[in-house]
Amino acid sequence: MLQQHTPNPAELVEPDRVHKAVYTDPQLFDLEMERIHERVWIYCGHETQVKKPGDYYTVQVGRQPMIMVRDAGGRVNVLYNRCPHRGSMICGDVHGNTGEAFRCSYHAWTFHHDGKLKTIPMMEAGYAGTNWTRDNPDCNMKQAARVENYRGFVFASLAADGPGLLEFLGPSKIAFDDICDRAPEGEVEVVPNCFRVIQNSNWKIFLENQLDALHPSVTHQSTGRAAHEVEKMIEKRTGKAPLAYHMLSAFATVTIDKWDNFQTLNYPHGHCILTGYMGLRPQDPDTLAYEKTLTKAYGAKRMEEILSTNIHHVLIYPGLSLQSPLQQLRAVRPLGLNRTLTEIWHFRLKGAPEPIYRRSLAYYNLVNSPSTMVNADDLENFWKIQVGLSGDGGDWVSFARHYGRDIENNGVVETAAGMGTSEAPMRNQMKAWAQYMTAGN
Amino acid sequence: MAKKALKKKALPAKAANGHDTQHAVEQFLFRQAEVLDGKRWQDYIDLFSDDGVYWMPASPEQTTWDGTPAIFAEDKNLMTVRMKRVQHPDAWSQRPLWGTNHIVGNVMIEKTAPNGDLVVRSRFHMMELRRDATRHFAGSYLHHLKKTPGGYRIRLQRVDMVNAQAPYDYVLQVWV
Repeated sequence: MLQQHTPNPAELVEPDRVHKAVYTDPQLFDLEMERIHERVWIYCGHETQVKKPGDYYTVQVGRQPMIMVRDAGGRVNVLYNRCPHRGSMICGDVHGNTGEAFRCSYHAWTFHHDGKLKTIPMMEAGYAGTNWTRDNPDCNMKQAARVENYRGFVFASLAADGPGLLEFLGPSKIAFDDICDRAPEGEVEVVPNCFRVIQNSNWKIFLENQLDALHPSVTHQSTGRAAHEVEKMIEKRTGKAPLAYHMLSAFATVTIDKWDNFQTLNYPHGHCILTGYMGLRPQDPDTLAYEKTLTKAYGAKRMEEILSTNIHHVLIYPGLSLQSPLQQLRAVRPLGLNRTLTEIWHFRLKGAPEPIYRRSLAYYNLVNSPSTMVNADDLENFWKIQVGLSGDGGDWVSFARHYGRDIENNGVVETAAGMGTSEAPMRNQMKAWAQYMTAGN
Repeated sequence: MAKKALKKKALPAKAANGHDTQHAVEQFLFRQAEVLDGKRWQDYIDLFSDDGVYWMPASPEQTTWDGTPAIFAEDKNLMTVRMKRVQHPDAWSQRPLWGTNHIVGNVMIEKTAPNGDLVVRSRFHMMELRRDATRHFAGSYLHHLKKTPGGYRIRLQRVDMVNAQAPYDYVLQVWV
């Protein structure tokens, strides 16, 4: 009989390289779901996706179909999307409002918004003498082991033990502070539209690319150059081109040799930050009006602090990328070994002037929509990587760029000056991966 | 007498039963499909008036492209960026073989302005082959057409895809 062995994760990760099996082995994928995605804190959604009692949104956590729902008391709960009776999903739609109770479409069992059993048709007659009683927790829809909400962003962990959300986030919580603090009212509101794009590649390839400062001017050069040409044409004609062109032309104007000037910050649990490379604070009337609103809300000193926060985006391992200065969010849902869904949202800064929202929207439409002129070439690369790795042309993937030159301080790894293209984020992610995968061995 | 002559002259050779306009609009939409499938991007952009907008809403209930999430919301400048990007030799994702086939039908003239400008609704089905994968996109077009001496020009092309909100396996790189 053919015997299948799960490769030992500890042997697959070396300080500056990883074995290709971490991207191509189906048994490792199942183990990842068990030991990473179904244990650690996974982003479920923003609380403004479910404003009213009964509002729900379905979400995949690891391999588990879950429901995020607002209850009558205002609490956001996360439940397994499964009827305890015969296992049917309770919510078949992506989102909606369930009214006062969930109701199974198979045999009309109903449940409160916290998953507790409400009614079973003819319960007394049907279940007399069985252990299916109202106080039996097996009659309830199961809740996620832990749910926490940080500044409106709801996370669930399917494991009862482990660090709390804030401890898990560590310094990467700045992603949520930055996006919320940029709002004069200190809160954001989701724009109710989710673009969903499937990557034909392993989930880790996207996460690695998010912090890869060496690729933009190579992968995205066609868009950068095209946008730069039109930007110059518009400037010649009208003196000034909209900021949206700058968001795209930066891929051409920031040439490959300049990317070392930026920095990545790498934290425990695999989280990382890429610092900003786009000038997003032009001294135009819109920005000045926004600064005025922020000053009114926070005072001049704090306004300056908020707008000086230098982030391009923050990766919260293993499944969330938040681009706080442009209010973009991408959640990563592994669908299979070489199939990954990204859910792409953007937010309004409460109390900020409309033109600031328009910037976020322009980025959402141009870079993150299904007609993206940017991610299209990333997706092509991801697929090529997945296919390339599936062959026997080599066993290892190299993360050796600037290896040994990073600066480590209290568990935080910063790339050294002039070494922003260091593959430190990939090394950091794989270090976390190995820790998760070998825990409990 | 003069008034009568003028009236007579104003009548076209064929009865104004709408068939001529219907025919002209259909030819315009069919030509648009040919231009897209032929990857004649500049010819496609030239079908738009200078203030023209190509818009694919994120969801059917949207009433304006301005300030709302969109799959496409492009004026001629942004369309030019897209064209130049697709044509660039280092547009990696555009190098593999791909092609499309558009079928346009159910053409209905919804509104005719006295100056000849039109609002036209139609349905489309587009099949795309990219490498070995086939995808289908279908839905309705809404064209706001401006009548010019050089033929119709698009002021607004609204594209409501039935699968606009479905997950995209890969993405869209040119106008549908």
